[in-house]
Amino acid sequence: MGDHPAEAGTVNARGRRLLVAFLAAGAVALLAYALQRLGLNPLSLLEAGLLAMTPLALAAVGECLNEKAGVVNIGLEGILLISAITGVWAAEIFGNGVAGLMGGLVTGAVIGLVLGLVSVYGRADQIIAGMGLNIFALGFGPFLLISLWAFPGIHLFPEELMVPRLRTPLGGVSPVTIAAVAVAVLAHLLLHRTVLGFRILAVGEKPEAVDVAGVRVDRLRLLTSTLGGALCGAGGAFLPLAWFGGVVKEISAGRGFIALACVVFAGLEPLLALGAAFLFGFAEGFSYAVAVTPGVKERIPFYFVSMVPYVTTLVVVALVIGQRRFPRTVGRPYVRE
Amino acid sequence: MNGRFRIPRPLVESLATIGVGLVAGGLLMLVFGNNPLRAYRALFVGAFGSLEDVLETLAFATPLMLTGLTFAVGVRAGLFNIGAEGQMYLGAVGATFIAGTFALPPLVHVAAATLVAMLCGALWALPPALLKIWRGVHEVISTIMCNWIAFHLSTYLVIYFLTGAGRADSTRPALPTARYPVLFAESTLTAVVFVAVAFCLAVYLYLWGTRAGYELRLAGENPEAARYAGVHAGRAMLLSFGIGGLAAGLAGASQIIGRPPAWSLYATLGNVTTLGFDGIGVALVGRSHPLGGILAAFLFGALAHGGRFMEYHAGVLSELVRAINGLIVLTLAVPELWAITRRRLGR
Repeated sequence: MGDHPAEAGTVNARGRRLLVAFLAAGAVALLAYALQRLGLNPLSLLEAGLLAMTPLALAAVGECLNEKAGVVNIGLEGILLISAITGVWAAEIFGNGVAGLMGGLVTGAVIGLVLGLVSVYGRADQIIAGMGLNIFALGFGPFLLISLWAFPGIHLFPEELMVPRLRTPLGGVSPVTIAAVAVAVLAHLLLHRTVLGFRILAVGEKPEAVDVAGVRVDRLRLLTSTLGGALCGAGGAFLPLAWFGGVVKEISAGRGFIALACVVFAGLEPLLALGAAFLFGFAEGFSYAVAVTPGVKERIPFYFVSMVPYVTTLVVVALVIGQRRFPRTVGRPYVRE
Repeated sequence: MNGRFRIPRPLVESLATIGVGLVAGGLLMLVFGNNPLRAYRALFVGAFGSLEDVLETLAFATPLMLTGLTFAVGVRAGLFNIGAEGQMYLGAVGATFIAGTFALPPLVHVAAATLVAMLCGALWALPPALLKIWRGVHEVISTIMCNWIAFHLSTYLVIYFLTGAGRADSTRPALPTARYPVLFAESTLTAVVFVAVAFCLAVYLYLWGTRAGYELRLAGENPEAARYAGVHAGRAMLLSFGIGGLAAGLAGASQIIGRPPAWSLYATLGNVTTLGFDGIGVALVGRSHPLGGILAAFLFGALAHGGRFMEYHAGVLSELVRAINGLIVLTLAVPELWAITRRRLGR
């Protein structure tokens, strides 16, 4: 990978990240063994971890592409929430869970496009714009919930709308999880093996050069912003339609920001972001598994178990930070001189 | 300058932004089949229609000027500190603990509960501050993680230690000695509003009147120049997080010992949640200035209080007010909007 100038300085950091990833894998294996001894089933843990990984991975991989092109979207949290709701809505209209996932994807794409327009042509402060989106979702989410189903609490939809899981030797795996892994691999190939990918990398590093070469900076950034939003939207619809079976106004629960942490951890590399999503997803799956284990659930209050994903994110980000390198123009609008 | 009086541009822009947010919110209402004019009329009359309503608007503004201050002091130091939410939860828990547990003389009790709440808020601001200074962890991620940890921690503390006998839905109420006096019988406004305004003023004087305050602002405005001037960047950040935490803690306290009729914290934290995030819009509309924040908080307080009347009179859910807050922030993020508008107007 050292053949691309944008990455020449990151070889060492990449090696260290790989080391961290291996250490984490070792720790997970050790943990699985310890869990078996404790009476927890590692396989059901894996199942929960993979489910929790999926929305994080989709959102994080999309954001990697987006940030590589120089646009930051910290509104992932808001996209997850809104598309979780519109996803369920679409599923009920079409009577089909997959249609619901598509509904979430389209919702995310539209929001991503709007945020892209605001960033590219409005030359917005992208951090503030993204936070505006999050605050908007904080109000618009509950508003939609009540408008659509006349009830502020949890909305349970018919079970047949759930996207079924595939039976595998490792337990039930959602086809969306497999799709998310595929998306991460495709995003990696796109970035590092295609002309479009090189253009995305270049537009984040030196938009003026890309512009002089006759490539439209604005269109590329709109494309990645829309794509990032779409993937995040699919992740949002995944939450109710392939995982929880219902939707509440707190359904995103900070996952958009954990996905951002994955992006930071990964230094914008989609495959590493997938790994980070698995790590954080596993932490979340672990907390669910612990919460229902007899002998443990009586002793540790559920509230502490619920903190696990957030504490893990904080600790991991604190440990690996400082080794990442972001595109030169990330978060800054491009102004032609 | 042509001699005639001109309204300062920041004020015009801030008000225009709120206008754009309201128009966008009105479009949303149209989409959902409501009448925006009737809704906004209900909102306006609800917020300003009578003296009691203006007082109530002030009561809603009180926590917002403080959480707005948290974000504003962050911006002044070059930080995007969105941790007011969690710091406020802990402040509310601290205030509840002191106010509902100990028997103290009247004035001492109020002061103790307020101070402990502020310290709790500042303590909760410490982890993201240190992570930023030592490890370079971006505060957007760390503060949000701390918000969620604070949510679960506070719920735990409330349910396990602070609920009253026989009821699990809220904490033991603050003892009468720990309550700020209600100013007018017709509204929920209490004397805590004076403490909030005084704190904003104090922070303003500190930032613009002392060396440490100047260094904090310099570190945010021009990190390069600050380094040349020998400003310790870490200290500026720590100070900014600390002041922000104190403000957020006070905001939490204001909803417990300064807000009838509950005088307690709900187990769902429902009477404080999202006040921290609302502060972001307040700070941005207030141009990240402690005094501008007071004015902006009044406007957002009006939206919050008046918004409750939209539901009666126009069938528009009050949740939409927060969506409008988000749209206002989104509009504020786009400086080009003003450039384009000015060009169109030929100025």
